[in-house]
Amino acid sequence: MADSVFATIVRAPEDPILGVTVAYNKDPSPNKLNLGVGAYRTEEGKPLILNVVRRAEQLLVNDQSRVKEYLPIVGLADFNKESAKLIFGADSPAIQENRVTTVQGLSGTGSLRVGAEFLARHYHQHTIYIPQPTWGNHPKIFTVAGLSVKTYRYYDPATLGLDIQGFLEDLGDAPSGAIVLLHACAHNPTGVDPTLEQWEQIRQLMRSKALLPFFDSAYQGFASGSLDADAQSVRMFVADGGECLAAQSYAKNMGLYGERVGALSIVCKTADVASRVESQLKLVIRPMYSNPPLHGASIVATILKDRDMFNEWTLELKAMADRIISMRQQLFDALCARGTPGDWSHIIKQIGMFTFTGLNREQVTFMTEEYHIYMTSDGRISMAGLSSRTVPQLADAIHAAVTRVG
Amino acid sequence: MASTMLSLPCTSSSASLSMHQLNKGKVKLGSSDSSICINNDRNSPFTKIKSFGRISMTVATNVSRFEGVTMAPPDPILGVSEAFKADTHEMKLNLGVGAYRTEELQPYVLKVVKKAENLMLERGENKEYLPIEGLAAFNKVTAELLFGTDNPVIQKQRVATVQGLSGTGSLRLAAALIERYFPGAKVLISSPTWGNHKNIFNDARVPWSEYRYYDPKTVGLDFEGMIADIKAAPEGSFVLLHGCAHNPTGIDPTPEQWKQIADVIQEKNHIPFFDVAYQGFASGSLDEDAASVRLFAARGIELLVAQSYSKNLGLYSERIGAMNIVCSSADAAARVKSQLKRIARPMYSNPPIHGARIVANVVGDPGLFSEWKAEMEMMAGRIKNVRQKLFDSLSAKDKSGKDWSFILKQIGMFSFTGLNKAQSDNMTNKWHVYMTKDGRISLAGLSLAKCEYLADAIFDSYHNVS
Repeated sequence: MADSVFATIVRAPEDPILGVTVAYNKDPSPNKLNLGVGAYRTEEGKPLILNVVRRAEQLLVNDQSRVKEYLPIVGLADFNKESAKLIFGADSPAIQENRVTTVQGLSGTGSLRVGAEFLARHYHQHTIYIPQPTWGNHPKIFTVAGLSVKTYRYYDPATLGLDIQGFLEDLGDAPSGAIVLLHACAHNPTGVDPTLEQWEQIRQLMRSKALLPFFDSAYQGFASGSLDADAQSVRMFVADGGECLAAQSYAKNMGLYGERVGALSIVCKTADVASRVESQLKLVIRPMYSNPPLHGASIVATILKDRDMFNEWTLELKAMADRIISMRQQLFDALCARGTPGDWSHIIKQIGMFTFTGLNREQVTFMTEEYHIYMTSDGRISMAGLSSRTVPQLADAIHAAVTRVG
Repeated sequence: MASTMLSLPCTSSSASLSMHQLNKGKVKLGSSDSSICINNDRNSPFTKIKSFGRISMTVATNVSRFEGVTMAPPDPILGVSEAFKADTHEMKLNLGVGAYRTEELQPYVLKVVKKAENLMLERGENKEYLPIEGLAAFNKVTAELLFGTDNPVIQKQRVATVQGLSGTGSLRLAAALIERYFPGAKVLISSPTWGNHKNIFNDARVPWSEYRYYDPKTVGLDFEGMIADIKAAPEGSFVLLHGCAHNPTGIDPTPEQWKQIADVIQEKNHIPFFDVAYQGFASGSLDEDAASVRLFAARGIELLVAQSYSKNLGLYSERIGAMNIVCSSADAAARVKSQLKRIARPMYSNPPIHGARIVANVVGDPGLFSEWKAEMEMMAGRIKNVRQKLFDSLSAKDKSGKDWSFILKQIGMFSFTGLNKAQSDNMTNKWHVYMTKDGRISLAGLSLAKCEYLADAIFDSYHNVS
């Protein structure tokens, strides 16, 4: 047999985030704790299917009239309409004026990728600024789409909070028209968000330099517990009449992780532009996967369109957000009780699923090896993976890491 | 620094939201913790000040940044259905996209699919992220279905299988792999081929060229042209082959011809790249429809195979398929799989679970699997019946000596009628028969009841339009 044509293909390393779960699964210890990937867990440490999702799915599966025909390239129409209303507000003038094009995407990742491909082909500026740090997959998505990636200062390790000064300076130095990635709320991985005042400063600066906002909204409703509050940053930018992109994900807030449901919206100056933009988005999607999957989008549309189900959803969403907030409090209290050196108040100031602990690589490795705690090497932990039962174990591990490892 | 009230130009009510916020004191501008002086410094590089009396503001520019974006043409295949929907004529017939229809021209959800979904609902499985490569149970059964469970390539773990977004998504993963690891290598595609193949390779930046395939004179395979063009291509090219039920022509090589194709591919060290979208749907037999792929695999050739469950399991909108790459060793397969994952991650992170679970349940359960085979035979059987009726109707009408038997010889969902663009337009404009401009009709969208009407339309278009 001839040599393999694939002889020169080397083995790729495991994805740093998803690879944490791979490593966790291999660990035989009964005390292991997975604080890697951002998937919500109940107090019992189990994945959660929302009751309202179960109900919606029941309705769908039992509906004899439903078929599995190809969706249009842009996806399920009701889903797109409801998603736009969810993020921009039902009374958003941009929606009423038909200036928004919304396409169903493969969760957040897929929506970001389609948006990035579109910009690489049709937008005059091919540089995108991403916050330092950001979700590990962001630079890969933008680079492979053909954009050039630069960073803006975001996280201040000295304060474990937002470096607003650096943020504004770096955007101030950006070329006019550059694209800027903004986390709509619950910044991943730091959990540090700008205040509304700071958002207004960012907005003004960006508009004055014609910087194009590209929002990543993966936690609407999940961060504060309020869908509207978590969309304020986005709505602020839409309210000034300007253009922006917004990628939405329903992975966390509806617990639809594996169904891959999301949307990309592009808010344009006019309805005519929006319609042309939509036609070009279709040209990006068709050679990538032709049209998106139906199941998850149907679940979302069913829930968003029904008054009762929508309300039920908001309650379940708030319960998830509240549990995470309570985990933050418990961890903070546990570290204080142990007298762990350092100021741990960032744990309760940060918001959303993740906490940027401030632990370094060596400390993280120590925690994995000695305490079987799995997290990403940047010190990010998923609060959603904690429970009252496991908080003490984590607190012990952090305490040990801080006191014994540099 | 004094805080200044801002107002936006009153072009729309969007101004009121900001004003509301400002009035509530939620947004204080020029607040003390910012060292950037926004409103009062008219020389600041950060601001474009427009004055309206004593009110200053920063406004978004008025021209769209996307003004230069042109309107893209509708997709030639998917656009047909959209045009069909808009037509109100009572005799309209949609023979555009390849989606199976019952005799009543209704979409069809397979019974085994409904059973599987009910089982899944009862079990209440979670919706956690799949691994990047997809559902393990699905990957296992899909490779076994394609190659045969006992196939050495599977036994020896030489197949890298990754769940993909139906056929399109699986092809795209492979295209990206080719671009990255076989720079400059070309993909040879049949002339004609499915319209989206070119788009996939173009977007993935993989060069392609065509090999002769369809012979309009015989409305059959230009076998000599095909062999010659494959032979003439640079060594190590990828050759895109339709595993069965060639789309759009419905013309497949015979088993003897497949052997010769394999010979020339081996001779030139080309890499076969199969698109298998109709396994089981073409002849009604899963094994028979996989014969071409298995022939190549049996020769020890490394090859790529994209699979789709859109048609054979009717899972069109669930986007379920796979990319299988047969390598010369298990080690190579592991490395290749890892690189396919690296391509998937920045595209969609991990694939959708629903369709994968349905396939895994159906193929993995002996009872459901048997039921599936029966339903598939039924679907393939209906298409064969419709071919026969259409042929009979045309033969009865057309006494010109024109040979319509290609309708019976072609296989699968589609028939290449041999009608040109003008004739296809006539089909649509005069007869309200929707099809693609290349003369392709989807027999899956034809009922026995409408064969007569279609025969009239084809007869008229062929003989009266040039």
